[in-house]
Amino acid sequence: MSTATALSDGFVVAKRNLIKIKRVPDMIVFTTMSPIMFILLFAYVFGGAIDQQGGGEGYREFLIAGIFAQTVVFGATVTGAGLADDIKKGIIDRFRSLPMSPSAVLFGRTLSDVANNVIVLVVMGLTGLLVGWRIRTSFEEALLGFLLLLLFAYAISWVMAWVGMLVPSPEVVNNASFMVIFPLTFVANTFVPLETLPGPLQTFAEWNPVSAVTQAARDLCGNPNPNPAAPEPTSWALQNPEIYTILWAAVVLLIFVPLSNAQYRRSTSR
Amino acid sequence: MTVSRLVTDAVIAEGLVKHYKEVKALDGLDLRVPQGSVLGVLGPNGAGKTTAVRILTTLLKPDAGRAQVAGIDVVEDPAGVRTKIGVSGQYAAVDEYLTGFENLDMIGRLYHLGRKRSQQRARELLEQFRLDEAGDRMAKTYSGGMRRRLDLAGALVADPPVLFLDEPTTGLDPRSRTEMWDVIKGLVAAGTSLLLTTQYLEEADLLADNIVVIDHGLVIAEGTADQLKAQVGGERLEITVSDATRIAQARKVLQPLGVGPVVVEEHQRSLLVPVTGGASVLADALRRLDGEGIEVDDVGLRRPTLDDVFLTLTGHTAEESEQAESDDQLEEVAR
Ligand SMILES: Nc1ncnc2c1ncn2[C@@H]1O[C@H](COP(=O)(O)OP(=O)(O)OP(=O)(O)O)[C@@H](O)[C@H]1O
Ligand SMILES: [Mg+2]
Repeated sequence: MSTATALSDGFVVAKRNLIKIKRVPDMIVFTTMSPIMFILLFAYVFGGAIDQQGGGEGYREFLIAGIFAQTVVFGATVTGAGLADDIKKGIIDRFRSLPMSPSAVLFGRTLSDVANNVIVLVVMGLTGLLVGWRIRTSFEEALLGFLLLLLFAYAISWVMAWVGMLVPSPEVVNNASFMVIFPLTFVANTFVPLETLPGPLQTFAEWNPVSAVTQAARDLCGNPNPNPAAPEPTSWALQNPEIYTILWAAVVLLIFVPLSNAQYRRSTSR
Repeated sequence: MTVSRLVTDAVIAEGLVKHYKEVKALDGLDLRVPQGSVLGVLGPNGAGKTTAVRILTTLLKPDAGRAQVAGIDVVEDPAGVRTKIGVSGQYAAVDEYLTGFENLDMIGRLYHLGRKRSQQRARELLEQFRLDEAGDRMAKTYSGGMRRRLDLAGALVADPPVLFLDEPTTGLDPRSRTEMWDVIKGLVAAGTSLLLTTQYLEEADLLADNIVVIDHGLVIAEGTADQLKAQVGGERLEITVSDATRIAQARKVLQPLGVGPVVVEEHQRSLLVPVTGGASVLADALRRLDGEGIEVDDVGLRRPTLDDVFLTLTGHTAEESEQAESDDQLEEVAR
């Protein structure tokens, strides 16, 4: 099957998924309300508390990129839950009996989830601006930061796609990914400066790709650690967060794109 | 090499075997759908109908055996098979959050009909299936029968030469069922080859040129509806005796009237006699029982059902077959 066909089939599937964003009430909440809530909650509850203890005005700004990173990673779980739901409802059986490109369902799915994350980032960025977050670099640099966030989430989408086809129901996908993604996004520099973490957790956090993508977004938007006495990062990952993020995404994609495609060919309902 | 068969058979399956862990869903199934004809696959729950359809529509790989659809091998060239088939699965696979139109349009696009043709085809089919008024509503708001029709319309988007319908009328009310039958008859008249699974003898009788009866993943009988009915014995005389101790005697008295063996359902004190000849046989039976002084609680004459086919062919009813199977599974779990 030609690449052009695969692409156009993928767009048809992506369009179908995007139609759902406006029609499924859960999705509307997930894509627009919860990002706004996260920004407000973290900015005023955490940001406020830490500011008062002398964290400085910059702490709220420092937090925002962490919230971006966590939210797009959670956004990637939609891929797994969506696929599991399509399998359960027999939609995948229908797709698999059509003469369409076999990779189009996964390609379309992950593509629409990127689109979903773009909406999430725009909503969060605007909310961030309202609560005082600013881009202190150039537009181009900030854009690059956002692209890295999207690339990172795209890679996670492919992991979630694989998980979504293995487990029996969308609920299980959500619970299982919660168990993994929560620690992954919290044991990182997302919400607290790394130097506040105890020894082994700190090492984990230094190499955690979520830390790297957060760091990259912070650097590229010009929102550094507000504590002037904070030590320089010691891990290579955080010294080169952009490269580490890209490498990490590339490795994940190289592994999980073929793995997910192979699983797709095997999956049927029930 | 039987080249002529490849050309004239829309579907041919030989010795299909499929296991799910310990469960043997198919146990060497053979099927043939000559071009332009309708094969009715009749069987109780768990007989393997859906498994067979899934293999023929490239969703599952068989453990053994081979199958061709429109002359193309389902395992070697599944992509080729998919260009020739339309499928409507046992459970309507419509996207609830899309409208009826969007569902069909999407399928057309994925058959690569192009944008204009897909939209035009979607409108045509919505009209044909009396969904045009609901066509711009989300499928979520459709009734079960409407979803079924939309799903069937989805199978027809590309006018495929070979069609697979897995229990297309299960769960429909009598009116929707009759309508569905009319639609299917229309398709067949237009030359589509069709493999249809069903649990209703009546349906197979009405729609199919040939019928295979399957149980436990194997064909246990095949032929035209008339041939099968002849095997089953046109009608069933059902007699319930008052006194359970006299069943054996009643059987002896009734056997000469039957065209097949009398089946006794001990716990219901009833006897089933396959007969031909209608009401006169009924009168004769009552006279004979009366002559022996055997009292009768209830008596009736009815047309054969799937259960009767099963009773005659396997000696057990469809429900018993299902029961036996779930017992098997329980044993497996226990092991
Ligand atoms: N995914 C599966 N995993 C395990 N066992 C399965 C699976 N699918 C089917 N089976 C088993 O295979 C056998 C045949 O199932 P199949 O669905 O083909 O029957 P069927 O004739 O379509 O039944 P029904 O009339 O209920 O639809 C059954 O015993 C069923 O329990
Ligand atoms: Mg079935």
